[in-house]
Amino acid sequence: MAIAELEEKPKISPLYDPKIRAFFYQFVMISLVGYGLYAAYTNAVTGLSRQGVVTSLGFWDSVAGFPISFRLIDFTELSSYGTAFWVGLINTLVVSVFGIFFATVLGFIVGIALLSKNWLISKIAYWYVQIIRNIPLLILLILLADIMHHLPNASDIKVSNAGIYLTNQGLFTPRPVFENGSGSIFYAFIAGLAGFIGYYYWAKNRQVKTGQQSPVGLLFVGLVILLPITAYFASGMPISLAYPVKTRFSFQGDATLQVEFVAALLGLVFYTAAFIAEVVRAGITSVSKGQTEAAGALGLSSGQNLRLVVVPQAFRVILPPLTNQYLNLIKNSSLASVIAFPELVQVFAGTVLNQTNQAIPVMGITMLVYLTISLVTSLLMNVFNQRMALRER
Amino acid sequence: MSVSVPKDKLFVGFIRTENSVALPPPTPATGAGAWVRANLFSSVSNTILTLISVALIYLLLSQLLPFAVFDATFTGQDRTACLASATRPEPGACWSFISTFINYFIYGSYPVELRWRVNLVYVLFFMSMIWVLWVNAPKRTWGAVAFFIVLPIISYVLLLGAPSIGLEKVTTERLGGMVVTFIVAIVGIVVSLPLGVLLALGRRSNLPIIKVFCVVFIEFVRGVPLITVLFAANFMLPLFLPPDWNPDRLLRALVAVVLFSAAYMAEVVRAGLQALPKGQYEGANAMGLSYWQSMRLIILPQALKATLPNIVNSNVALFKDTTLVSTVGIFDFVNTLQASFKNPDWATPVTSTTGWLFAAAFYFICCYSMSTYARTIETRLAIADKR
Repeated sequence: MAIAELEEKPKISPLYDPKIRAFFYQFVMISLVGYGLYAAYTNAVTGLSRQGVVTSLGFWDSVAGFPISFRLIDFTELSSYGTAFWVGLINTLVVSVFGIFFATVLGFIVGIALLSKNWLISKIAYWYVQIIRNIPLLILLILLADIMHHLPNASDIKVSNAGIYLTNQGLFTPRPVFENGSGSIFYAFIAGLAGFIGYYYWAKNRQVKTGQQSPVGLLFVGLVILLPITAYFASGMPISLAYPVKTRFSFQGDATLQVEFVAALLGLVFYTAAFIAEVVRAGITSVSKGQTEAAGALGLSSGQNLRLVVVPQAFRVILPPLTNQYLNLIKNSSLASVIAFPELVQVFAGTVLNQTNQAIPVMGITMLVYLTISLVTSLLMNVFNQRMALRER
Repeated sequence: MSVSVPKDKLFVGFIRTENSVALPPPTPATGAGAWVRANLFSSVSNTILTLISVALIYLLLSQLLPFAVFDATFTGQDRTACLASATRPEPGACWSFISTFINYFIYGSYPVELRWRVNLVYVLFFMSMIWVLWVNAPKRTWGAVAFFIVLPIISYVLLLGAPSIGLEKVTTERLGGMVVTFIVAIVGIVVSLPLGVLLALGRRSNLPIIKVFCVVFIEFVRGVPLITVLFAANFMLPLFLPPDWNPDRLLRALVAVVLFSAAYMAEVVRAGLQALPKGQYEGANAMGLSYWQSMRLIILPQALKATLPNIVNSNVALFKDTTLVSTVGIFDFVNTLQASFKNPDWATPVTSTTGWLFAAAFYFICCYSMSTYARTIETRLAIADKR
């Protein structure tokens, strides 16, 4: 009797049935989000039609009519908005790539300095990290740009023989002019580099197999440095230097390194390096002390110990947070728009948006670009991370 | 044949007859000299590093100190004191500019006779913040209520006024300077923490649709820079909302900041939730607690406590990010600075540099104290967790 009672299915009120509850919650969620999206859509349609704005990408090919000082592809005032987009995107990528490179170098140096036995070095590194991490990047960028704008005016600078001028517009240097025949130097360099890389792998292979070392450094000098120089003289010295020509108020053309670019790059590098330094410090402390002691027992110097034993192991711990910092740097490069560096936000979400008044497509494209960069970077780093991961049996 | 050997040569052993030269005393292992040797000059490479650091410090200070102290102007009624003169060809920072404008930086263009209201908000803000953050404070739960619920309501009433209780109305355009910076920060913290907790719970939920929604929202927001979110809110929010709502600029920026920091807060909270042993969840289930009961009574108190340092660090990031609202025309501290540079009475070549140095110092003091607090809590928790 008692058993039969237990075997009966317990009666649950539908109010407490987890399945029904789950369905109910999700149904509420979907209807809320769906209604929100629908309301936003209808509001936007009616609002835009009242303002007489037709949302389209038709502006993409029309003439932009504004100049951009920092560009790697051709852009004149007659170029289209589409070209302006590409100029902005390329500038974002350029400042990000250089920023990531230098921030990694500086970050590793500071991170290792944080753990230095030298009291002064570790204290400098500590306060560098503390100060930079606790100042907003925007203030840092503006401060750097402000200091650089206080450099001497180009019109106040005397012409010198070296042809290098540091002004408030940037750094002017002599530029190489490639005349006929300079291609041979380039080909010589490529051929030398290819030959050297081939030799390097052959030599490494040989050392692994037989233990015999080869003069790699000597061949590097010969193939990569001396060969192009020989080609330079053989082809009749076709590269000359164009010195900056002083006009009344400035120098002709754009500066080799423009102030906005340098300020943006320095700000991003200083800022991100402080975060990378913390990541590196945490990674290095995660390697057990026995590894360092064992390396010492094998007779490795402290530099070799760091390079061959500690950093390769720390790298596994460092890589995921390092990726995050790289992504942050790419996203933070949007702040360079505040100091008038023509990157994507300044050019596209700024000037183009103001001129065309196409808020929805312009902001949509801008956000999509950052989203794509973020997703692609984390995808690549994930692949790299998997290759680096410890192979455990 | 006998050989006579002198008596003194018979003895073959050697005994020293005079004292040897005394060795120098051993280098002291304690004291200032020993410390310097061990920490700065222990080897050749160490010595080189020390010299490089000294050169670095000298380079920095030789630029900074003359500007900020030696050649700086501390008193003066207008720009003339800060200009280059015969006695001082390269003028340093113009601190008198800061002291002239300090009220503008703190209160913006808030009516002078009503500034006591702002002061009261500042006092209440710091008191309730100390109540929440001071670990040994009595009744911290009430402190949290004060900070997260009472303070926002009182601040809203005090700052914008309520004619029904005799407080004159003040429009949001009159708000400016550090008031706005703190408003954005506080609203960001107060709203994004609960929102972040909900998103984090949603991301770990068993309900697929809620989970997908939370994941998409968090990853989308974390994939784009804050400045684009601010731009989007500024330009697109009025389009998407009914025309009669018409949110003002400050509200649009607040929405952007809240949504942005909620996504980051969600990830911080999620880390705390994941760090909790599974037994806690199972224990709560075994006790027959409902989902919300177990979250409220068992899971969240532990998860939030463990992740408190990260929450504070996330708030430091939020406080730094408030500077970005200046890009969409909000009159925060950054924009009041920029506006004060345009004052012709104080236009000198050093005014802007002085202003930005002051801004850097202000943000550094605020953020550094918060991060120091986070580190203290972290050490405390580490000690508490030690078995």
